[in-house]
Amino acid sequence: MHLELTRVVQGSGRLGVLRGLSRTRPHHSLETPGCLLYTHLGSVPHLTQDTLHTLKDLPSVTQVTLSDIAEHQEVLESFKEGFRKFAGLHDTVLYCSLHDPAALCPAGYTTNKTVSVWGSGGRMELTVTKFMSLQKCTQPDWYTSMADGETWQVNTTRKRVRKSVDRTLAHLDECLLLHHKLPELEEVSVFGVVEGGDIVDERLRSARETAKRPVVGFCLDGFQTGFMEPSVRAQLIAAVTEELPEDKPRLLPGVGRPDEVLACVEAGVDVFEGFFPFQVTERGCALCFRFDVTPDPESAGRAPPAVLELNKEEEVVRNGNVNRDDQTQMTPFEINLKDKRYEDDFGPLVKGCGCYSCQNHQRAYLHHLLVTNELLAGVLLMIHNTSHYLGFFKALRAALASDQLELLKRRVMEAGGRESD
Amino acid sequence: MAAPMQCGVETQSSESSMSLKKALTAVSPLTLRIVAECPVTKARACELALPHCTVSTPVFMPVGTQGTLKGITVDQLESLGCQICLGNTYHLGMRPGPELIEKANGLHGFMNWKRNLLTDSGGFQMVSLVELSEVTEEGVRFKSPYDGKEILLSPEKSVSIQNSLGSDIMMQLDDVVSSTVSGPRVEEAMHRSIRWLDRCIAANKNPDKQNLFAIIQGGLNAELRRACLEEMTKRDVPGFAIGGLSGGEEKDDFWRMVTLSTDHLPREKPRYLMGVGYAVDLVVCVALGCDMFDCVFPTRTARFGSALVPWGSVQVKHKQYAKDFQPIDPDCQCPTCKRHSRAYLHALFKSDTAAMHHITIHNISYQLSLMRSVRQSIVEGRFPQFIQTFMRRMFLSRDQYPSWAVDALASVNITLE
Repeated sequence: MHLELTRVVQGSGRLGVLRGLSRTRPHHSLETPGCLLYTHLGSVPHLTQDTLHTLKDLPSVTQVTLSDIAEHQEVLESFKEGFRKFAGLHDTVLYCSLHDPAALCPAGYTTNKTVSVWGSGGRMELTVTKFMSLQKCTQPDWYTSMADGETWQVNTTRKRVRKSVDRTLAHLDECLLLHHKLPELEEVSVFGVVEGGDIVDERLRSARETAKRPVVGFCLDGFQTGFMEPSVRAQLIAAVTEELPEDKPRLLPGVGRPDEVLACVEAGVDVFEGFFPFQVTERGCALCFRFDVTPDPESAGRAPPAVLELNKEEEVVRNGNVNRDDQTQMTPFEINLKDKRYEDDFGPLVKGCGCYSCQNHQRAYLHHLLVTNELLAGVLLMIHNTSHYLGFFKALRAALASDQLELLKRRVMEAGGRESD
Repeated sequence: MAAPMQCGVETQSSESSMSLKKALTAVSPLTLRIVAECPVTKARACELALPHCTVSTPVFMPVGTQGTLKGITVDQLESLGCQICLGNTYHLGMRPGPELIEKANGLHGFMNWKRNLLTDSGGFQMVSLVELSEVTEEGVRFKSPYDGKEILLSPEKSVSIQNSLGSDIMMQLDDVVSSTVSGPRVEEAMHRSIRWLDRCIAANKNPDKQNLFAIIQGGLNAELRRACLEEMTKRDVPGFAIGGLSGGEEKDDFWRMVTLSTDHLPREKPRYLMGVGYAVDLVVCVALGCDMFDCVFPTRTARFGSALVPWGSVQVKHKQYAKDFQPIDPDCQCPTCKRHSRAYLHALFKSDTAAMHHITIHNISYQLSLMRSVRQSIVEGRFPQFIQTFMRRMFLSRDQYPSWAVDALASVNITLE
């Protein structure tokens, strides 16, 4: 795998294409900045292949997590042909991460030799040996090495942070050692994990040491939304990426809000996980923020007027950024379709949006599906939110290419209605 | 009758049916063309032309209670070949309410379904779901479970809501009595249902666009059924439903009431057997002369992980399928079976609702394909052989055939091998 950078502007992001994503799928590529396809056990939440493929330009990389996979190890071992085929995913690059970005893990279960993941049956403890045996039966195209990312709690000491960096490097070395002994993983690439909490020295040490190992890319862990102040995060990421080789991709787990994505792209991140549309869907909301930088008001992604008539409750969310670490909170980039005001709104979710849901259904119908707890609500919202989010990344790349990132940032921020109130 | 002749009948009658259709549209927005009749049983294959498209019968109609087939998009439903599905008047009348649906151009517009819709009267849910409902000559009086307000569902009100929904087929409000009740209450309900039918007919604002079906009542009492049939068939309604069954009565009573009804229903009008959807029941009741069926079972059971197959069902969530890497049914052509294994679906049930959608798609596909095969065999004059093959596949051995099915089929000249 290699990253072809087409444009790098210091302090405002890198535009490129990741090519040769997998040796078995040499023609797949991922435009960066970009996002991965978020799944539950290989299925985009709520969607079947039919409903998923109403979406155009899906990411060529699908993410699965060990928290989903671990409990099915025995099954995958008897299946023998890898997770991709098991899940009926024929033509995608498969990326396997340790945790599910949309589910927070309880702290206090990490030891020198183990990390824990939580599946449907509860906690599972993984040693490096167990971790690698899972990779062996999953047979992804990429995976992130085992890591101790438990640095997000308030009052995490310097000592604990140092320990997390040391452990993570030790895990990486062990993973690589086992990796090379497994013929099943011959074609598989490893992302190294950079830790270090909010301590810049530790971050730099982790980055430098990880970069010395034979990894194809870097996973910048411990920056998840809610873990630290966005401004601190941006500074740390910028410092870390300085230390990393230019030609290898940087993946940022656990960050999905459009405003945060923009800031992290500026700090040098290339790849994001695509879990944000899922979180928006789960709270019965539809993404509606603007990302058009052309003056044409009719173009896709334009927020409809209704979003500007926000009520008092939403006002607080927009202006105060309350409770940053509660990921179930509504963000300024979405509308809550359960709200009574949409009861008789016969417009699409977003005017001009070309997704299946907007082309076929109205807000009033979505409102009805939500208040009656119908399963189709999740299906239609997931289609729209994924489509909208992918559209945002496309606009983001276009803005980088045409030097319009500042304009895009303004547009995205005004989606909350701040300027139009 | 030989197959080629049947085909001849089909092509020949298509022209004459066009002129017939024109003549009948003034009367009701429905025409029934009998394509083939089984020479042995009472089964028939028809083309039922409704306002939104023509429905091939016998037909199973999936139930979309609240204006959606749970978890399935209208495009998916259409691509499975579904030509008609149900909406429930009680639920839709409560939420979002008839006024809103009318503003959305009816239920078709609201859910964006381009094909036919059938709506029930709301009476059944009233009696089965709502505590403290009271039936009087006026209608059914009940307390709204949403705001506690007292509501009267009269025949006029039911038809008015169904007029707002704009369904292609509406059902009369009937006085529903549990099929396990007997005595004077059954007779009262039967007579009241006839009176309510007349009130419904009078209340229908769109007889040119919406077909109102009568519902035959009379419980498990043959005399009452016959009396109801005699009275109701005097009315020129576009179709008839057989009601008051499929509510926990003995199957022996059930099939006798069905066959008695089809014996007395006019040949040229569609017959809808309400609430029936198990595969064996469908095949037997087609043999007894029914054309239309509905049931929540295939879609509801799907959400619990039960996939329907020609030999019964596969309980995908059971441990035995955790390492079973074959599709639910290797011969099934549905999108689920073409892509996913039992083992994957088993695992996915623990992670995402998409697992339910996969089985729902499969089960709807199973029901619709079953009815297509039934129809095809009627058209080709081999329905009796179809029944034999179907029963052999469904049951391990002959001694497991349910006796009611054996008797019911014997009554229409089929001796199971």
